[in-house]
Amino acid sequence: MAIFLTKDSKVMVQGLTGSEGRKHGQRMLAYGTQVVAGVTPGKGGQSVALESSGGSVDVPVFSSVGEAADATGADVSVIFVPAKFTKAAVVEAIEAEVPLVVVITEGVPVKDTAEFFTMAQASGTTRIIGPNCPGLISPGQSNVGIIPGDITPAGRIGLVSKSGTLTYQMMYELREFGFSTAVGIGGDPIIGTTHIDALAAFQEDPDTDVIVLIGEIGGDAEERAAAFVKENVTKPVVGYVAGFTAPEGKTMGHAGAIVSGSAGTAAAKAEALEAAGVRVGRTPSETAAIARELMATTSS
Amino acid sequence: MDLYEYQARDLFESHGVPVLPGIVATSVDQARAAAEELGGVTVVKAQVKVGGRGKAGGVKVAKTPDDAQAAAEQILGLDIKGHEVKTLMVAGGAEIVEEYYASILLDRAERRYLALASKEGGVEIEVLAVERPEALARVAIDPLVGVDDAKAQEIVAAAGFDAEVADQVAAVFVRLWEVYSGSDATLVEVNPLVKVASGEVIALDGKVTLDDNASFRHPEWADLADTAATDPLETKAHDAGLNYVKLDGDVGIIGNGAGLVMSTLDVVAYAGEEVGGAAPANFLDIGGGASAEIMASGLDVILGDPAVKSVFVNVFGGITACDAVANGIVSALEILGDEASKPLVVRLDGNNVEEGRRILEDAANPLVTVVDTMDGAAATAARLASSER
Repeated sequence: MAIFLTKDSKVMVQGLTGSEGRKHGQRMLAYGTQVVAGVTPGKGGQSVALESSGGSVDVPVFSSVGEAADATGADVSVIFVPAKFTKAAVVEAIEAEVPLVVVITEGVPVKDTAEFFTMAQASGTTRIIGPNCPGLISPGQSNVGIIPGDITPAGRIGLVSKSGTLTYQMMYELREFGFSTAVGIGGDPIIGTTHIDALAAFQEDPDTDVIVLIGEIGGDAEERAAAFVKENVTKPVVGYVAGFTAPEGKTMGHAGAIVSGSAGTAAAKAEALEAAGVRVGRTPSETAAIARELMATTSS
Repeated sequence: MDLYEYQARDLFESHGVPVLPGIVATSVDQARAAAEELGGVTVVKAQVKVGGRGKAGGVKVAKTPDDAQAAAEQILGLDIKGHEVKTLMVAGGAEIVEEYYASILLDRAERRYLALASKEGGVEIEVLAVERPEALARVAIDPLVGVDDAKAQEIVAAAGFDAEVADQVAAVFVRLWEVYSGSDATLVEVNPLVKVASGEVIALDGKVTLDDNASFRHPEWADLADTAATDPLETKAHDAGLNYVKLDGDVGIIGNGAGLVMSTLDVVAYAGEEVGGAAPANFLDIGGGASAEIMASGLDVILGDPAVKSVFVNVFGGITACDAVANGIVSALEILGDEASKPLVVRLDGNNVEEGRRILEDAANPLVTVVDTMDGAAATAARLASSER
């Protein structure tokens, strides 16, 4: 098992004919992901040659998401189109009822995200991850997005994080155990899949023993995740929050990462998590050490 | 991007939100001329992007142009929570009868928008929300529908506005929605919204935050950009396409990925406590493609900060391989030559790390120390910075 993404997932790449889409489509395929289609409006009928371990593969390109899904059975779409076209691309995937849409693009206006998220919710058929996220990987099975595939093998830790490189860092620190799935949910103010969604899925996943939750300053997603853990999660959870020393009123890279007034501080988030029984590390390495302890307990 | 009050006023006016006349002044003479032009009682208001200016003496009522001149003399140059007042708005006076509160903002938790309304305005809304939450109506807004007449009536009913002003306040909400939606705002706030003696409802003070991600469809925002309020190092970094925030410490930080850089700031601050107070001098995220040019411009910005005593380069090689980052550091130091004079502590992990570390060792630049772990590197950088004091 794993969450959201398995070896059976069939992936289309919206924007496959662009430089980013092609580069990462190639990497995903080389990892073993079933990359079955590309979508670029007006370029239907073309194909893109990607290299895999078994030789060159011609991935067919379609002009619309609907055609791609019908022809290939793709059930995941990963979006690499520029920010100004992202909303249209996501809306197309929602209308084609693609079950999982992973939006890698950064710099998407929050109004666009609010609108396509509302549409996805109304559809009841599409889960969105992102935008402005690294995607997700179920090691040994499938890799959708830009997470490096060689950091860690498959294992029994689940990870959910707002940040890309912190995800990589934590996967690296815990590579001796491996991961069931690592999900980068993105750091924008509005995101399609939250910590809570991933926690709920990891709680149900028989192949996940310990959950690592990485947050950062801004908003109150970590506080809400803490409340959810308290009520609904029986598996051990270890937390890390970046930005303890971030000053008020300065946006730290991610559009959502800003401390405003008394809200959104790392200390408040860590406190809420600890009150919910989540052990919180002060640094990534301390967090990894706690996860190691928890893994030792669960496997004995 | 946060707007100044006068910019918010102009935006409100262009969308039909009722406002008082206001004239911008950057000198005492201009303030006097503005008061003469407006006539009658005016209010001289400091334009700063921070709350609490009234208490800090940044707002004064002027009965005559002489008064306005005197007020401008007192307010210009005033320091309000670290913000120097360089601009004033001279606004028309009004006889306020009642003060209300109105805003539209992002609801991150529910991933839609939220209208907030209260009959008790003029106070700090965060305080009201905590102390008397029942006095603050919260009404959800569907992003695909917005605030139409029906929604606006729902908002004023939830807040319990008197019949006498309810329709006017509802009309304000419909227009605030036009500001919010049409201008890609993430916050539109009127505090206070006032009823004046004539019975009219007017937006007396406004706060607007625009979504920087939407700038590609708002060429008009170029005129709103605020170079005066920006740190010169931040401007330089921004011009080089870098994501940089100036902080107060002495350890320069470069990393890749916002989360990892934030985490690096924390780890350096903890290490600094151990050695008597070294702290991060900046946030700098060079992003995924850490080319030699990006590394060079990043180092250039950081080494240009006189407060920086040591630099910590913390990179996890994901898509970008560590050997490319190492080559970037080596050639950046060559490009900078004698300008690079401060010790660099480099920690690399991830994609092609062995090759990256070998490149740095071979280059044998005396300024560069390679440390294997993030915590260890932070300790080294903090120690180097504190020994320079």
